[in-house]
Amino acid sequence: MDIRENMEKKYHEALSTYLKDQNEQALYQGQKISRLHIKYNISPEEIISMHKNNLMELYPELPGKVLDSFDFLLEVMMGYGIAYREHQSLRHQQQELKTEIEIAANVQHTLLETEIPDIKALEIGAISVPARQMNGDYYHFVQDENERIGVGIADVIGKGIPAALCMSMIKYAMDSLPEHRHEPKSVLESLNRVVEHNVDPSMFITMFYGLYDPHDRQFSYASAGHEPGFYYDAATGAFSDLDAKGLLLGVDKKTRYRQYEKTVNRGDMIILLSDGVTECRTNDGFIERETLIGLIKKNMHLQAQEMVNNIYKQLEKMQNFQLRDDFTLIILKSNV
Amino acid sequence: MEFQSCVKIINEWDIVAARQLGRNVAKELGFGTVDQARITTAISELARNIYLYAGQGSVSIEKLNINGKSGLKIIAEDQGPGIEDIRRVMEDGYTTSGGLGAGLPGAKRLMDDFDIESIPGEGTKIIATKWLR
Ligand SMILES: Nc1ncnc2c1ncn2[C@@H]1O[C@H](COP(=O)(O)OP(=O)(O)OP(=O)(O)O)[C@@H](O)[C@H]1O
Ligand SMILES: [Mg+2]
Repeated sequence: MDIRENMEKKYHEALSTYLKDQNEQALYQGQKISRLHIKYNISPEEIISMHKNNLMELYPELPGKVLDSFDFLLEVMMGYGIAYREHQSLRHQQQELKTEIEIAANVQHTLLETEIPDIKALEIGAISVPARQMNGDYYHFVQDENERIGVGIADVIGKGIPAALCMSMIKYAMDSLPEHRHEPKSVLESLNRVVEHNVDPSMFITMFYGLYDPHDRQFSYASAGHEPGFYYDAATGAFSDLDAKGLLLGVDKKTRYRQYEKTVNRGDMIILLSDGVTECRTNDGFIERETLIGLIKKNMHLQAQEMVNNIYKQLEKMQNFQLRDDFTLIILKSNV
Repeated sequence: MEFQSCVKIINEWDIVAARQLGRNVAKELGFGTVDQARITTAISELARNIYLYAGQGSVSIEKLNINGKSGLKIIAEDQGPGIEDIRRVMEDGYTTSGGLGAGLPGAKRLMDDFDIESIPGEGTKIIATKWLR
């Protein structure tokens, strides 16, 4: 109890100093006492009682009614005292939740990890940053025995923990696809059935899947309502949208997807993204796809991984370091 | 159990009577003003719940003396509808008043021991104790 006694002494000193001479110095002491009380979990009703006792000591001749009024005040402050305790316990709970989410985020990170394939024909850069702790975006690379490279990028509508949980399922569905089924349209069709079957009907997933074959330099792709990427044609220096039509995953289990083909020439780039990239909000509103193309051009001389890192950093800065949605950007650059 | 006294809770004014009884006993036992106010507030919350949710019931106050330790025990009892999910109502922020810092979790914090027994359709019994330091 000697912390409490010490605190009572401090309160007594500060109060009597203030009552002698109403100056800012003494009030500053009051503020310091307030912090100290909070630190030692002293609740408001105790402070009022302390105040009353001090007044009785300092002014024994004080009218009884004045002193009684403090008992009334004490009663009124009881609710605040309980609210204060509740606040402390909620704060503690929040801390626990935060720690738990951090652990979950690490688990998710390990779970969703994908290795970026290393082949001469293609330079690959990928970055995925969650807006909050857990990521509702997902990307995935696979390389089959014929050296073909599959790339998937998916985005759950919504963010945070529910979105992240949903993504883990996509990852497992991808992993269990048979080797020979890596044709983009059949990948999307299989995943669509899994999502339709297993995911809450209020949750939708957009996804883009592409397959690059280094032998004939063909890139085939299909999209399930995913934000269109870009294609950079090195010969003309032009960027175009990587358009592909298709319904979101999970809407209708009979959905068929169309597959598109492109021949990738030396220096061409395939840019895939989640809507967290195009929905970056700056002070002037959403960024335009033009702005994004500008950023890509500015960083084009770099290596693919440096490109995505730099573009992320520049967009992060443009929106004052506040990500509103999970951000995923993938660049494939052809070397042959 | 040297002393026990009971107030029937039928209308809102009985809450005041229960508070008064609790405060008197707390004073007699030598609780300070802060603890008196805490005990009274807890009684108020329990009695108010009886009045609101069970219609009627009782609040008894008991003086305790165990191994030289004195304490005050509140027993709030009713044959009302009971509480379906006790764990839920003991959660912070669950009260219908939106957690304005009161309710059952609040009453629990104000006391040292808090025990709640409730059977849906049969009634509720809450025993709460505060020890004199
Ligand atoms: N004696 C009782 N009999 C039946 N149900 C009760 C009883 N006491 C509490 N409850 C139930 O438990 C809930 C929580 O009670 P609690 O006192 O914590 O909050 P509240 O009464 O809803 O709001 P307030 O913060 O105003 O007290 C009540 O809404 C009521 O449904
Ligand atoms: Mg209540």
